[in-house]
Order: sequence, then C-alpha cells, then structure tokens
Amino acid sequence: MTVAIDRATGKRRGEREPRPGPVQRLRNGLNKHWYAYAMVAPVAIVLGVLVLYPLAYGLYLTLTDATSLNTARTIGVNEIDATYKFIGLDNYADILWGPTAYDRFWSHFLWTVFWTAACVTLHYGLGLGLALLLNQKLRGRTLYRMILVLPWAVPTFVTVFGWRFMLADGGIINSGLELLHLPTPSWLEDTFWQRFSAIMVNTWCGVPFMMVSLLGGLQSIDASLYEASEMDGASAWQRFRYVTLPGLRSVSTTVVLLGVIWTFNQFAIIFLLFGNTAPDAQILVTWAYHLGFGQQPRDYAQSAAYGILLLSILIVFTSFYRRWLNRNEQQLAI
Amino acid sequence: MSTTTVETPAPAAERRPAGAPGRTRRRGEQSRAAALASHAVLIGASLTALFPIAWLVFLSLGPDKDDYLHPGRIWDKMTFDNYAFVLQDTGFFDWLKSTLVVVLGTTLIGVIVAASTGYAVSRMRFPGYRKLMWVLLVTQMFPIAVLIVPMYQILSDLQLIDSYLGLILVNCTTIVPYCAWLMKGYFDTIPFEIDEAGRVDGLTPFGTFARLILPLAKPGLAVAAFYSFLTAFGEVAFASTFMLSDDKYTFAVGLQTFVSEHDAQRNLMAATAVLIAIPAALFFYLVQKNLVTGLTAGGTKG
Repeated sequence: MTVAIDRATGKRRGEREPRPGPVQRLRNGLNKHWYAYAMVAPVAIVLGVLVLYPLAYGLYLTLTDATSLNTARTIGVNEIDATYKFIGLDNYADILWGPTAYDRFWSHFLWTVFWTAACVTLHYGLGLGLALLLNQKLRGRTLYRMILVLPWAVPTFVTVFGWRFMLADGGIINSGLELLHLPTPSWLEDTFWQRFSAIMVNTWCGVPFMMVSLLGGLQSIDASLYEASEMDGASAWQRFRYVTLPGLRSVSTTVVLLGVIWTFNQFAIIFLLFGNTAPDAQILVTWAYHLGFGQQPRDYAQSAAYGILLLSILIVFTSFYRRWLNRNEQQLAI
Repeated sequence: MSTTTVETPAPAAERRPAGAPGRTRRRGEQSRAAALASHAVLIGASLTALFPIAWLVFLSLGPDKDDYLHPGRIWDKMTFDNYAFVLQDTGFFDWLKSTLVVVLGTTLIGVIVAASTGYAVSRMRFPGYRKLMWVLLVTQMFPIAVLIVPMYQILSDLQLIDSYLGLILVNCTTIVPYCAWLMKGYFDTIPFEIDEAGRVDGLTPFGTFARLILPLAKPGLAVAAFYSFLTAFGEVAFASTFMLSDDKYTFAVGLQTFVSEHDAQRNLMAATAVLIAIPAALFFYLVQKNLVTGLTAGGTKG
C-alpha cells in the first residue's frame, strides 16, 4: 500500500492513518515507489530541463565574461564561435565591491528593499481595511467587490499604459493638480517622483489580491467566536485584536510571503512604466534585465550574476521568515 | 441585509425585519453613521480602482494622438475610428493568434504536468520527496533575471528563439511549480480512503488517479488552468525578449509597439488596450471565484 503522508506543514484536521514503521515501509515501499517516480517524472524532467539546467548554465555564465560581442552567434552566413573566457568570481567581486559598485548595485539594492517593504505594507494594510469593510452587511457589497477587483482583472500590461497616460506631462493627474493650484511634479522624469509613481501603480495593481485573500480568511472565521467575545463584553477593537487577527494568521503569513516575493520580482510594472528611461527607479530585477537585454553590448555575464544574487537574497529571506514563523509557532500555509 | 447572492451565507445572519427606526440594533448591524462612513470609503476606493481603466476607455474614443493632453475636446468628436483602424490596419489579429497559441499551449502542458506531480506528492512518500517539494517552492521565487539570460542562450542554441514552442516552454518554468503546489493542496482535501477503495477494487495506481481522483479534482484543475491562463496572458518579460518578428508578438509585446521613442500613437494604443482588457476582464470575472478559493484554500488549509 502507498503511505499517506501528514502534510509537512503540521497538523491537519482529518487525521489520516499514521505512517507505518520504517521496516514496514521498506518492505512494502521500494517496489511501490516506481509509479510515484513515474508520476513525478514529467515534472522532474521539466524542472530539470527548464529550470535546473538553465540555472546551472546561468551560474556558469556568471563565472565568465560573456557579452553579446563574444558569445557564439550567426551573422548572415558567418558563424562566429564563442570567445568568452572563464574569469572566476570576478563578476561578483566587481558587482559588490568594484568601482562605482554603489551606483550599479547597492543603490538599486536599497531601493529594492524599500520598494518591497513599502508596497507590501500598503498592499496588506489597504487590502485588510477593504476586506474588513466588505465583510460587513452592507448594501451593494457584491458590486463594490466586483469593482474593487478590477485592477486585478485587467492585465497589468494594459493598466500600466493607462497610468502612463495619466501621469504623463500634461496628463490628467497634473491637470487636476494644476486646477487645485498644487505643484505638478514630473512623475515620469524626476527620480523621486518616478519611484513614487512606481509604488503608487504597483499598490493599485496589488491590493485586490490581498483584499480577496483576506476576505476569504475573514469569512472562514467561526462566527460563534465573535458571539462569545461579544457576550463576554469585548469591545470592537478587542474583537479585532483577539479574534480577527489570530483568525487571519495563516492566510496573512502566506500572502505576505507571496507578496514579498512577487513585489521583489515585479518586472512588468517598472519595465513598462519607464522603459529604458529611468536608471534610478529600476529595481534589481529590471536593472539586471537592462544589463542583459536593454543595452548594447548586452552584458550576459553581469546580468546573470545579478540574477544569482537576487535568488540568494530571496532564499535567505525566505528561510529567515520560516524560522521566525516557527519560533512563533506559526505555520506557513504551504 | 446583504444583497449578495454568491457569497457564502453571512455567518449566523439574522434577517432584519423591517423595523421601526430607533429599535435596538441587533448584532452585525451598524449605526447609520458607521454605515455611511463605510460606504464613503468604499465608494472612494471603487472610484480609484475604476478610474485608470475608465480613462483608457475614454481616451480610446479620441481620434488624435495628442488627445490625452486635452481630454475636454474629446467630448465633441467622439468616434470609434481608432478601433476600426486597430482592427483593420495593425497586427491585432496576429497578436491575438500568437497570444492564444502561447497561452493555450502553456495551460495545457502546465496543467497536465502539474496534476500528476501534485497527486504524487500529495499521496505518496518516496525518497526525494522533501527535496522535490523544496525545488517546487524555490522555483517560484526565481526572479526572471535568473533564468532569462541562460534561457536566451539555450533557446538560441536550440533555434527556438522567436518560436511559440520556446515561449511556451519558458512560461511553463514559472507556472508548473506553482500549479503543482496548488494541485497538491487540492488533492490533500480528497479523502485518502477513495484511493484505497479504488485500489481494493483492483485499479492500478494510475487508474485510481485517472478515473477516481481527477474527476473529483476538477475544480482544482480548473483553478490551475485559470491561473496558467492568466499568468501566461500577462507575461511581459519573456515575451518581450524571445519574440522578435512582429507577427508573433503576444498582446503584451504588441501593445508596446505603439510607443516608440519618437512617435506615440496613444489613441491607437488606448483602443488596443481596451480591446484586450474587455475579454480578459470578462474571463477573469467568470473564473475569479474559483481562482480565489483555489489560491487561498489550496494553500491555507491549516
């Protein structure tokens, strides 16, 4: 027989049969595993070919000085062989400590950290606020919900252009500000305002997902808890603090982690909002893309090295996050 | 008092009899002031959510490319000319075809692979299980910057740059791991006894999977399919990099062609954006209920 597993993430409500002991498992295990492997085979192959192999290849590229000038390429009928060479860890050293490293890496790094923190905080705060409002008995609740998920429903690459029109010089936002006799920043040219716009647009795009997830979490909280706390004389704030927030804990930890990863890797919004025009508003992902594909010659090695650094940052963050959750005896819902 | 018809019934909702004002409020009802404040905030939020899209629609009706600077003038000369032009004289239908090929291909491959994996990791322990779960988890965190350079090199070695297959495969790298997680969460909710019953009645493990579990997991499959569909549809980075010839552009790339350094045909762009947004949003609304329950329930059954 196959063996049921307990989810690696802790307790489940419907207990399944406990796992048999190791001897038993060995005896009926090995000859049963072939089809498990057969089922996993497609994903193992896909991941191997599409993820692990490119990853290894990318790692190798970071140890070379590959650019679009020295990789193998075909121009017309001439095939030019690759001439890039192995340079060890020089790329990483150059990115982290080389001359102008601050402008090339650390400034983007700091901005990326700020961007992630600001966006996720706004996403979660606004999402939770709207979810709480929508969780009341209100007239027109469904209609509100329909309208509020609109930014999620329309593909990002479409709405970003809508924002571009609005933020442009002489666009509707500045016209409106002018009417009110307020200063009209050049949203898409000035570094500070570029960053401000990027956070604004990303917040607009990202709130619905949080709102909907948290609304689902709110609706799954047992109503009797509220009744009981009300009977015991808890104030609205206490009910929120001691019933709602703990009830949302597992959803929250998950959506915040997802939010951090997605925001950190958010490519489309910044890429489409500024194109190649805003070197200082590029977060690390879009900056790496710019190095690899947005300039001539294309610097493949540096771009790949940025990618590996990004991945390392994310992995470190995630393991710390999980550890922190475990310390607080919370489980990530995955 | 809610007008919802689709939500789960409000917990312990007591329907308010139309009572005289001044009655003591029952639980779950609000004072009039609180209700007003809620409505005010929600209306403000709704307008914020709606405005950029409404603005795109409005601008798409203005015939000149500088109309976005003088929106007031559009009222007097509203026209559908932009739409006619986009549908007749641009690559709109090429882009539509490319988008559909890529998106449907990605969805098909992604869901098939993810379902079998999700089932395997949901039901069985085998050597390497934890490693595989880790790989699936970590893959979701890959920034595109990690893979895009080596992918570009590999695809150009394989002559797959500027081909639908190449883009489909690349899209699968991001979609399959996530869908496998999602499906695993869903399979975990299907009682294990069903598999056992199937085995007792003489089905092979594959038979159990195909005949018993997959039909039960249809909602989960649907969620995975919707997720793949929407993700592939909105994918910008890979499509912008790997698709070179303009008849193979997906919408995400095609839309960018209206804005070049020198000449921005914003009116046409707005019209194209609306043409893309309407079906995409309709599709999203059709599937969103499943999508949301899947996204949260798949993972958050504590």
